[in-house]
Amino acid sequence: MGSHKILPFAFVLPVLIIGGASVLAQGPTYRIGRTPTPEEIKALDISIGPTGEELPPGRGNAKEGATLYRTKGCAGCHGAQGIGGAAPILKSKDPKNPDVWARERILPLRAPFATTVWDYINRGMPLNREGTLTPDEVYSLTAFLLFINDVIPEDQALDQESLPKVKMPIGDKYAPLPDWKPRTKRLQGYPF
Amino acid sequence: MGSKPLNRRALLKNGAALAGGLTLGAAAPAMGAQQTLESHHAPSWPMIKGNSDKNMVAYGDRSKYVTSVRIAHPVGGRPSPDQFGLTFHIATPLQDSVGVITPSSLHYVATTRGAFMPDIDPKEHRLMIHGLVDRPLTFTMEDLKRLPSVTRLHFIECAGNRSSRAAKNVQQTHGMVSCAEWTGVLLSALLKECGVKGSAKWFVAEGAEEVKGASSMPIAKAMDDCILAYGMNGEAVRPQNGFPLRLMVPGFEGIFHTKYIRRIKIVDQYYMNYNDFGHLDQDAKVAALEYQIGPKSVITFPSGEQRLPGKGFYEISGLAWSGGGAIKLVEVSTDGGKKWNKAEFKGTPQRMAFTRFGYPWNWDGSETEILSRCTDELGQAQPTRAQLAKYWNQPYDQTFRVPGLDNSVQPWHIASDGSVTNGFA
Repeated sequence: MGSHKILPFAFVLPVLIIGGASVLAQGPTYRIGRTPTPEEIKALDISIGPTGEELPPGRGNAKEGATLYRTKGCAGCHGAQGIGGAAPILKSKDPKNPDVWARERILPLRAPFATTVWDYINRGMPLNREGTLTPDEVYSLTAFLLFINDVIPEDQALDQESLPKVKMPIGDKYAPLPDWKPRTKRLQGYPF
Repeated sequence: MGSKPLNRRALLKNGAALAGGLTLGAAAPAMGAQQTLESHHAPSWPMIKGNSDKNMVAYGDRSKYVTSVRIAHPVGGRPSPDQFGLTFHIATPLQDSVGVITPSSLHYVATTRGAFMPDIDPKEHRLMIHGLVDRPLTFTMEDLKRLPSVTRLHFIECAGNRSSRAAKNVQQTHGMVSCAEWTGVLLSALLKECGVKGSAKWFVAEGAEEVKGASSMPIAKAMDDCILAYGMNGEAVRPQNGFPLRLMVPGFEGIFHTKYIRRIKIVDQYYMNYNDFGHLDQDAKVAALEYQIGPKSVITFPSGEQRLPGKGFYEISGLAWSGGGAIKLVEVSTDGGKKWNKAEFKGTPQRMAFTRFGYPWNWDGSETEILSRCTDELGQAQPTRAQLAKYWNQPYDQTFRVPGLDNSVQPWHIASDGSVTNGFA
């Protein structure tokens, strides 16, 4: 290889780095992988964040949810009113306790957002038939669980707009999440 | 020689060994005529039954004399599989472990809420990365294997791995932790391909199993050392451990190591999915002591339910690990914690991996208690339960429960007859 071939390349490279640093840093290196279509993303995107932006259209209330709770088999594992089954309880045995943390770890009670309840029913229920509930059914069951824990009234309908606005009993009464940094002790001032 | 080479002779007589045994083959012509010759190699053993079976040739099995197995965790807890066929928690037999690698067949298993093992066809499996990125991308397993790989030793530990008074042996006190060699692609490499936007703060990782288990994690961890692993201990990741692809989040609680991973969404806030809600704490100090696992060690020999045959020399052996990095120091006490002695490392400690340690000990036959404690590269030191009770301003008695993750020192009591029991019992 002659040195005359290297010279122009060495001359051009610094210009590229100076001219497009951010573009180069963010550009793909390997060009492996396929771009998913918006439809493919939507079909897989079942993570419902606190804003509810991923929620599908639909609606339901606690009365409809109470019926579904029986017909979809929820009562069989979780008990007729959310207590007494083999699966985790869904209603507090100590509902009047003003300390929400003392009312046990119950999803529709301790979750800081109603979207968490919707997300989990949609994602993980019913056992062995996950993914078979329609959005209306998930809204209805969410409303039922929130109703039996005195979070919303029986006739309140939940939908894309109203679900993220439900005020959950825990409010912001939980510890801030750890601000994790690499190669850093877990807790400053902790002696161990 | 006083041995009994009867088995070898029996084999020689029926001639099967001559046809099948390679080492015997060379000697066969001379021995063939005189089949009653006794081997002078003592002792001589029979061949393993089925030794030349196709299955044994294709995928080897361990000796029938090695019977170490996993058990359901915790003691007296829900069995795995349960009446519905769900797998919950399965603990590894640390008491029989040697070195730092847990065999894949013995690696501990935990599931998001009790799970069926999904039978995933790797040809159909995809990993999609989307959300706050310039270019969402979907990768096949073939795509991932074309990319530059890393191979690293990492432990995984379940947040519920805590010793109790009811636990009798180290499998029951500490069996929800394992260490394997993991091979895969750095998540940071994939995220660079996608171009992460400046507003990204967290990422949600989600599995393809029936419950689609999902967790939120800091984006700083994704960019640091997370691995999308397709290899485990020199072969494909086992189904119980996430085949065909699992996320490794080195040093973080086990639940974050998303198995069967199919999707990563880059987001600007904690997403509060089911696993996330389960992580909430009332106390900010407890919250800070979760996620990243603290420094922890345990003596695996001698340990609970083992028995020292008599006084004399023993090498005390154990494992140390930390979510904060590599282990820097392990100390062993053989007098109930009065004097601490520096232990020897077996090999070079790796970051967020088991380090095997040893300490030479001459047991004088008297009753005592042995313990180990470790310090990691960040200077974090493993506490005793008494120290923790003092820190949390709680009485140290049998009701004391370590807040957050339990990385406290495990005492093993040794009676004068050599029997070893849980020092907490």
